[in-house]
Amino acid sequence: MPTVSVKRDLLFESLGREYTDEEFDELCFEFGLELDEITSEKDIISKEQGDVKAEGASDVILYKIDVPANRYDLLCLEGLVRGLQVFKERTEAPRYTRVNPADGEPQKLIITEETALVRPHAVAAVLRNITFTKDRYESFIELQEKLHQNVCRKRTLVAIGTHDLDTISGPFTFTAKPPADIKFKPLNQSKEYTAPELMNLYKTDSHLRHFLHIIEDKPVYPVIYDSNGIVLSMPPIINGDHSKISLNTKNVFIECTATDVTKAKIVLDMVVTMFSEYCDKPFTVEAAEVVYPYGKTCIYPELPYRKETITSDFINKKVGFNETPESIAKLLTRMYLKSEVIGEGGEIEVEIPPTRSDIIHACDIVEDAAMAYGFNNLKRTIPRTYTIANQFPLNKLTELLRQDLAAAGFTEALTFALCSQEDIAEKLNKDISSTKAAHIANPKTAEFQVARTTLLAGLLKTVAANRKMPLPLKLFEISDVVLKDETRDVGARNNRRLCAVYYNKSPGFEVIHGLLDRTMQLLDVKPGREKGYYIQAAEDSTFFPGRCAEVFAHGQSIGRLGVLHPDVINKFELTMPCSALDIDIEPFL
Amino acid sequence: MADSGAAESLLQRLDQADGGVDSQQVAASLGVDHQLVVGAVKSLQALGEVICAELRSSKHWEVTEEGKEIVEKGSHEARVFSCIPAEGMAQSQLMTLPSGKVGFSKAMSNKWIKLDKTAEGGPRIYKSVDSIEDTVKDRLQLVQRGQAGSLEEKEKNELKKRKLLSEVTVKSYWITKGCSFSTTVTKQETELTPEMLASGAWRDKKFKPYNFDALGIIPDCGHLHPLMKVRTQFRQIFLEMGFTEMPTNNFIESSFWNFDALFQPQQHPARDQHDTFFLSDPAIATEFPLDYLERVKRVHSEGGYGSQGYKYDWKIEEAQKNILRTHTTAVSARMLYRLAQQEEFTPVKYFSIDRVFRNETLDATHLAEFHQVEGVVADYGLTLGDLMGVLHQFFIKLGITKLRFKPAFNPYTEPSMEVFSYHEGLKKWVEVGNSGVFRPEMLLPMGLPEGVSVIAWGLSLERPTMIKYGINNIRELVGHKVNLQMVYDSPVCRLDS
Repeated sequence: MPTVSVKRDLLFESLGREYTDEEFDELCFEFGLELDEITSEKDIISKEQGDVKAEGASDVILYKIDVPANRYDLLCLEGLVRGLQVFKERTEAPRYTRVNPADGEPQKLIITEETALVRPHAVAAVLRNITFTKDRYESFIELQEKLHQNVCRKRTLVAIGTHDLDTISGPFTFTAKPPADIKFKPLNQSKEYTAPELMNLYKTDSHLRHFLHIIEDKPVYPVIYDSNGIVLSMPPIINGDHSKISLNTKNVFIECTATDVTKAKIVLDMVVTMFSEYCDKPFTVEAAEVVYPYGKTCIYPELPYRKETITSDFINKKVGFNETPESIAKLLTRMYLKSEVIGEGGEIEVEIPPTRSDIIHACDIVEDAAMAYGFNNLKRTIPRTYTIANQFPLNKLTELLRQDLAAAGFTEALTFALCSQEDIAEKLNKDISSTKAAHIANPKTAEFQVARTTLLAGLLKTVAANRKMPLPLKLFEISDVVLKDETRDVGARNNRRLCAVYYNKSPGFEVIHGLLDRTMQLLDVKPGREKGYYIQAAEDSTFFPGRCAEVFAHGQSIGRLGVLHPDVINKFELTMPCSALDIDIEPFL
Repeated sequence: MADSGAAESLLQRLDQADGGVDSQQVAASLGVDHQLVVGAVKSLQALGEVICAELRSSKHWEVTEEGKEIVEKGSHEARVFSCIPAEGMAQSQLMTLPSGKVGFSKAMSNKWIKLDKTAEGGPRIYKSVDSIEDTVKDRLQLVQRGQAGSLEEKEKNELKKRKLLSEVTVKSYWITKGCSFSTTVTKQETELTPEMLASGAWRDKKFKPYNFDALGIIPDCGHLHPLMKVRTQFRQIFLEMGFTEMPTNNFIESSFWNFDALFQPQQHPARDQHDTFFLSDPAIATEFPLDYLERVKRVHSEGGYGSQGYKYDWKIEEAQKNILRTHTTAVSARMLYRLAQQEEFTPVKYFSIDRVFRNETLDATHLAEFHQVEGVVADYGLTLGDLMGVLHQFFIKLGITKLRFKPAFNPYTEPSMEVFSYHEGLKKWVEVGNSGVFRPEMLLPMGLPEGVSVIAWGLSLERPTMIKYGINNIRELVGHKVNLQMVYDSPVCRLDS
């Protein structure tokens, strides 16, 4: 969930009233936000870097507000205020309009076909006669940052560039060039760099280094030029210094380059709807024209208003209340969805503004009606759904066996399903290739290299962590291991195993053997060759030679028991003899 | 027994006594040390109700060593008086006598003697009365005879000031007969034996009393793991509510069932390497219900079923990628798909409690794997109010009665609600779970009828368990680093109390 940081007093000023922290927290809760933290710049710096560094930092109170991941329209102060004011019916939602420039010729952004190799989409718009203040400017930069982190998926899908239009002249060209052919002075640097030099320069930049991978290994890098060959930006990495915006900027050219054009349009709409508020003609955005290779042109921003018709009956049934069409239309209007009742059949026409790109289905409208009504004002009902409960047979058997194994004096362990290769192979005197283990591609540490193929390693690690406990230690676990299996759609399956260990001054083979006998008794399997169970000497490198047997039941091999090999005992850092039982319980279903 | 002789003598005294005896007096009359009698009292008490003994403390006066000398030889002043001849004695000579100094001043103040300072050869002392009464000696004698009571307080205090008397506190027992009093002490048996039962000898035996303050011996037994005990209770609650258990024994899942089927777009951050464990072997899933897969592809990339869709280039390669499931909802998706394939829809209630995996940063409350508890209800006409009502009932069974719901976002549910409960200890609302109504973009491509709603909720098993058993670090609960003593000592799990 993205967190937006706003100055409390500025927020209250914009909302036109003050709140106590509790009141504001309550308002957030109702609106689906969360007042996560109340802090200040000084607090933050002092927490991260110590009091000394924090000296002189601002102690203006900041509200950190968690915003739902799909509400891009609430990622800045402007959007939050608009959303809350409309919710509280203190203002009406503004109407965003695209206008043509006074001279009739929109700014042009021409996309060349080379971009197809790296970043094929672009959209653009102009904010004309905007007035920045320090707070507005900071919010403008911060919104781009939030969009980059969220809907833009760390700039992979969309990258935003904003430019002082008065320093550049269109038409602009969005192209892609071999890195060495790109050279410009990047934002806040004093000299020109070639693209490869830049990539090198930013390798150590705490912020920008995270975006380098997006284009690093591409043959060409995206770049935007103005008509005089000035570089506006090299998306998604950095803008040029030449066109950078400042507090004095009056006209802003916004370009969004993208690999996902739907997201690019949303991002552009968000930036312009939020900040057109500060234009001379508020909430108007100047159109720009994007020319695709082979001549297709599009005008942006789209600022789409979409109309959906939904009946009050549908909403009443989905939510579980009984409201009139008028009342529902009012609820929806409070959620920034201008709605009116049309016709006699309880139909409501809902207008979805460009800021609500999260509304993609009628169910999203239903939710907003319920939110505006207040989830906690709804009557809690119990559905009449009549069903008969069933246990999953494998879990039922597991539950029954667990109880009786504890009654047999063994204590239940709960070990991890993920472990290192070493745990299931080398430490058990096995070769990893013999294990049928499923391997994890991206483990952060060795603890998560494979899914376990046996419960034994986890039990032995549990013993090792409890060597101070009085002997004997008698542990068991009934849980799943994972084995590769080509017959399954995903190429692997779980297998429910019962594993137990006995750790004492003497190996206690008879104890673990007795546990097998008891388990078979519980499963109502009698000793015997044909239909019953029996054990038979076996060779297994995990066990001490001559002290291992294979367990057979109903004619099939279900596992092993025996005294562990001294090498295994050593590798798990144990000091006493140990015997173990490891069987599959699925054949007993 | 310390000294059975003393105990027996004590019992005999008590037998003859009228009412009771004082241990000090018994000691005095037996001519033994008081401590010996005290020992006898204690050992008789241990036998049960033979005697009753009440601890008393009393103060009494005792003659000091110096006092005893006076009783024997008379007071210093009397001794001075008696050694002065009729012709008197030089003061200097008198002062050399053992009782000289003290005796002189006391005899002077008693006016028994007089001093002639002008006598020849230095000051000289003469008797001034013919005879004296040595009251100091008399009084001390009374005290020694145990008749201190006949003296006045003032008199006793004066003697105390002269360090001839001292007041001592004496602890003693007032001993009376117990309900099973007997003058003979029988040896006590520690336990019943088969022989006693056979012979009936137990009837005549005395048994040593048990110490009920001591702890018993913990039985030699096995123990269930606390998290699994909580799992059993959650299972029980779902079964009580009529929910059927889903087969969640498939840790490895394709991205298709884990994400795509749930209408979670392919660029969603949860599908990132940083959040999800991908598999290198087996790397991809190969079998899918193809017509369903096509419908999923379409709803993502183009929309449909009343949805705008996400309008992006959906790739089967992404859907094929195998992962360790990030939620059990992947299984719910498989179950709902299976339900949709039935000839006729029947309402269902499903639940599961099983492991899920996240490639997250680990800390005191987060592990790479945890247990997810999930409930799902599918039926025609379910409402948001129904979801809240079912959750309310579910949480009551967990002992949580105060619930409220916060709007939230989740890619596959709409509406989505975070569930908060009021924590009496922390005095604030804390998140206890997540819930919602599955999106039509998830259900309709499966083939479920249009009017069917599916409500669902989920929570972790570890969090309520940590709260229940007061565990702060999740590693003390789950995994091999668990402290077995904690497992041994953990109580049964009753979630509603």
